[in-house]
Formats: sequence, C-alpha cells, structure tokens
Amino acid sequence: MTASLAWSYTKKVGFYLLVAVIIVVSVFPFYYAILTSFKSGTDLFRITYWPTSFSWANYTAVMTQGSFPRNLLNSVFVATVTVLLALFLAITASFALSRVRFRGRSLLLMTILAVSMFPQIAVLAGLFEVIRALGIYNTPWALIFSYTIFTLPFTVWVLTTFMRDLPIEIEEAAIVDGATPWVIITRVFMPLMWPALVTTGLLAFIGAWNEFLFALTFTSSNQTRTVPVAIALLSGGTQYEIPWGNIMAASVIVTVPLVVLVLIFQRKIVSGLTAGGVKG
Amino acid sequence: MANLQLNNIRKSFGAVEVIKGVSLEVESGEFMVFVGPSGCGKSTLLRLVAGLEDITSGELTFDGQVVNALTPSKRGIAMVFQSYALYPHMTVYENMAFGMTLEKGHSKEEIRQRVERAADMLQIRQYLDRLPKQLSGGQRQRVAIGRAITRDPRVFLFDEPLSNLDAALRVATRIEIAKLHESMHNTTMIYVTHDQVEAMTLADRICVLRDGIVEQVGTPMELYERPDSMFVAGFIGSPKMNFMSGKLAETFNAPTVGVRGEHMVVKPSDGVWTGTVIHSENLGSDSYIYVDIGADEPVVVREEGGKKHQSGEKVNLAPLEGRVHRFDNAGKPIR
Repeated sequence: MTASLAWSYTKKVGFYLLVAVIIVVSVFPFYYAILTSFKSGTDLFRITYWPTSFSWANYTAVMTQGSFPRNLLNSVFVATVTVLLALFLAITASFALSRVRFRGRSLLLMTILAVSMFPQIAVLAGLFEVIRALGIYNTPWALIFSYTIFTLPFTVWVLTTFMRDLPIEIEEAAIVDGATPWVIITRVFMPLMWPALVTTGLLAFIGAWNEFLFALTFTSSNQTRTVPVAIALLSGGTQYEIPWGNIMAASVIVTVPLVVLVLIFQRKIVSGLTAGGVKG
Repeated sequence: MANLQLNNIRKSFGAVEVIKGVSLEVESGEFMVFVGPSGCGKSTLLRLVAGLEDITSGELTFDGQVVNALTPSKRGIAMVFQSYALYPHMTVYENMAFGMTLEKGHSKEEIRQRVERAADMLQIRQYLDRLPKQLSGGQRQRVAIGRAITRDPRVFLFDEPLSNLDAALRVATRIEIAKLHESMHNTTMIYVTHDQVEAMTLADRICVLRDGIVEQVGTPMELYERPDSMFVAGFIGSPKMNFMSGKLAETFNAPTVGVRGEHMVVKPSDGVWTGTVIHSENLGSDSYIYVDIGADEPVVVREEGGKKHQSGEKVNLAPLEGRVHRFDNAGKPIR
C-alpha cells in the first residue's frame, strides 16, 4: 500500500521536475536577455539571476542611435506583405488544387512540395541573380519576393488539405445561390478557414521575421536591413567592444511582437480547431 | 413555373456512361420524383438538371429555352441537399438571404420580407438569429428548404432531403414538403429518393430509373397497378412483390408471375400454391407471414389483424382475382 503510494508520489515529482527542466531550458535564455537588457555599464558582466539594477538606457540607445527603428519598420513591412501576398496566392492556388479538376494536378502539387526541399543556401546564388535582374536588389521587395517563394509550398499544402476537407455540398449550395468562385473563396471558404489561415499566416510571419541569410545577402545598406541582420551587425564604440546591452535590448524588442501575435491568435487557433472538428 | 424537357440526355464520367439517354418531360407545377436503387444515376440526373454537372450530350430546356450552358443560378433553380449544406458561419437569416444578396437589384427591405415570409412558412422565424450548429437536424433541413424558397426558384430540386433524419422526423418533414408543394403549386419540383414510400406519398408522377435509363414514368397508382417491367413491379410497393416462375407459374400461362403480399390470401383448401410458414412478423394492424413454397425467396403474405399463423404450419395460398401480374422471359408484362 505505502509502496504504491510512494511510487505514485515519485511519478508525480518526476513529472513536475521534468516540466520544470523544460521550462527553464526554453525560457531561461529569454529571461536572461531581458535581465541583461535592463543592466548598464559594468553591471553587464556581473552574473546575477535576479534584477539588481534597472535602467532603460540600452533601450533608448538602441532606439535613438543608428538605424534600428528603421530596421524594425522594414521587418514589419516585409513580414506583413509577405504574409498577405503568400496567403492570397495560397488561397487562390489551393482552391484550384483542391476543387478544380485538371490534368497534372497531383504532379503540380508534388512539384510545389519539392520546391521546399531545397536548402536556402542552394538557391542563394541563383536567386541573387534573379533579384539583380529584376532590379529589386537592396529593396524590401527582394526579401518579400524570396520569403514568399519559400513560404508558399507549406502554405499551399496546408490550405489545400484544409480546403479539400470542406464539404463539397457547401460549395455547391453557394454555386446554386449564384456565387462566383471569387465569392465562394472570400465569403464562404475564408470564414471557415480562419484557423488554417491564422496558423499558416503566423508561421509565415515568424519565418519572415526571423530570416537571416537572405536578409543579409539581398540588402546592403543600413536603411533596407531587417532586424535580424541589424542586430548581428550592431557595433560598439570600438572594434573590441561588443554592445551586449544594446543587443539584448534589441532582441527583446524583436521578440515582443511575436509573443503578442501568438497571444492574440492562440485563442482563435484553439477555438477554430475545436469548432472545425464538429460536423457543421 | 417552368416546363422541363429532357431530350436524350447523356452523361459520362471518363469512359463510364452514367446516364444513358434519358428523355422526359416534367410539366409546369408538377412534383416529379426520381426513384431507383443506389447507383442508378438519379442523383446525377438531378445534378444535370441543376447545372452542377455538365451534360455530355442531349438537350435540356426550361420553358423551351435551352439551358445546357447556363449556370445553376441563371437557370433559376434552388436545391436542397441531403447534408443540408448550410453555411456554418452565417446565421439562419444570412443563410437564407445569401442568394438574394448576390443578385443585384434587391433592396434590404425586399430581402427581409422574402426571408421572413419563407421563415413563416416553415415556422423557423424564431431561429433567424441562430447559427446552424445551434439547430437540430430537422430544423437545419427546414432552414435549407427555406433558403431554397427565398430564392423564389422556377424549379425546386431536392436531393434525398430526408435521408439524414430519424424516422419520426422523416415523416413529419415529408408531410411538410407535401404541404409546401400545395402552397407553391406553380413551382415545378423534382425530388430524388431511394425510398419508394417517399416516392409514392409525395409524387404527382414518379420516374423509375435503373442503370441510367428510364424504366417507367407514371403516377404512383399507375406504377403500382400497371408496372411496365418486373423491376418496377419489385421496386414499387412494400412489402416487395412476390415473384413465382417456372412450374409455380404454369397455371397462369406465363414464365413468371408476380403477386403483391396484400393481394395474396390464405385459403383453407385448394389454393394455387402450398407451402410452410417459416416466419411471421406482427405489426399490430396487420402481420406479414413468410411462406416457403419452393420459390427462390419465401413468399410474403400480408394479413389484416394480428398473428394467425405459426411457424411450421402448412398453408394454401391464392392470389386475388385480377391481381396477378404476368411477365415474359424478358421481364416485360403480358397483358
């Protein structure tokens, strides 16, 4: 009796210990970044795990010196446009791929999936030439263009699968009601696809927001860089000084929008997923 | 309001021909039921009329106008689907108004009036603000019917609308559809079902389909009394018609004879057939006895009142006068 009780306690303790370890491992780096971002001067190099001093100095420095605010706006612009463009193309493409019968449909679908097999570095040189030829080098459009290319396969696949599962009768009812394909997509399917749209949109946004390699390659001036590159290139007063305070403050600023977005939409994602499971 | 004419309509999916030349006229204001076993093409034929599938060959006219190339909304049809097919994210009101909002030239007030009139007809006015998921199956199907009424169609199409409902609701909704047809008596209606009871009770005329061709078209009583083939004879009526062939049909001078269970009587002596009761079902008002007379399947006899015969009992059977259907070897009637 007592032995089994002890065993169940051990299991419980073990479980929560594991949870604690996972939380610490995943959250601690971010916590330490926040902590560091509020330190100043030589405090930065003293290891503490609780806030000892508090100063906004790093934040004001990052936001006022250099082109970081501009980079932030670039990032917002690039990520937003990428998401809108990718979702628009993906919705219309997935309507065709899931609902219109045409020759070579599954081949096309496999080709789209195959595109996502290529590592970024493999297409970097070719893409660079394309972007140069299009004359969009060192503009936000270069990034939007390349991010959309890399987001689309995933987005199209998820939306196609989701749209295929929508009852065909609903579409036919809309056709009988006189709806054109565009009306069916915008007024019947899109409201039903919110969970999928939010999920894929969010992932596309995060992808575009975090992307580094293309951003580094396709932009050359401070004015057109996005934040990941800008943070990596933040420099201190001298060659030998790494401005840890500023880097941490910038990292926190960059992370916040993502956290906020996920928090706003997590409700929608969860509620949408459960509502979709019930026969409508 | 529309007179439909189907001229040698054919439909193929790839190499498979599903509708093999159907010619049929549906008169204005008529309630036509397409009935047949599953896979006979009745739903496909309805979808061809609706415009949800393209007609491979042949001509479909509404009031003399060829509509082969017109979209469903241009044809002026409305359709009720088996699975209701309501828009899950719209309220009942929005569901019913959707078609009208897509058409140009309807004022908000006009739409409201039409929706409310349809809602009153079906007694769903109190649900107008609800979402489909807050309604029961029967209510959802009424909303689907209401959505079709709101469109004020020339031709009203039903694709097995009662199949998803339970038995009690099915009867109630069936009566409702019959009343609807009475109140919209100049709207042509086409109704698809595999249930011959629905066909018998609702139809002005029934079209029996089999393997993509029309087997017989006629009023329910014509089909019941004068079936044009063994197939129709067996399909219409419940319980199924009994068929006796070979030696068992010799007395009637035909390869095969058919007698309905309700036209078969148990006689004390000298019947046409004799056999053993193998099973009996008591339904209260009447009972069915299953008699093995040496045919492929047991013969079903319907008797008024409760159970009178026990399993194992020997009985003599005879058909009622003038109620024997004779068929030749090709399954065609000999009259």
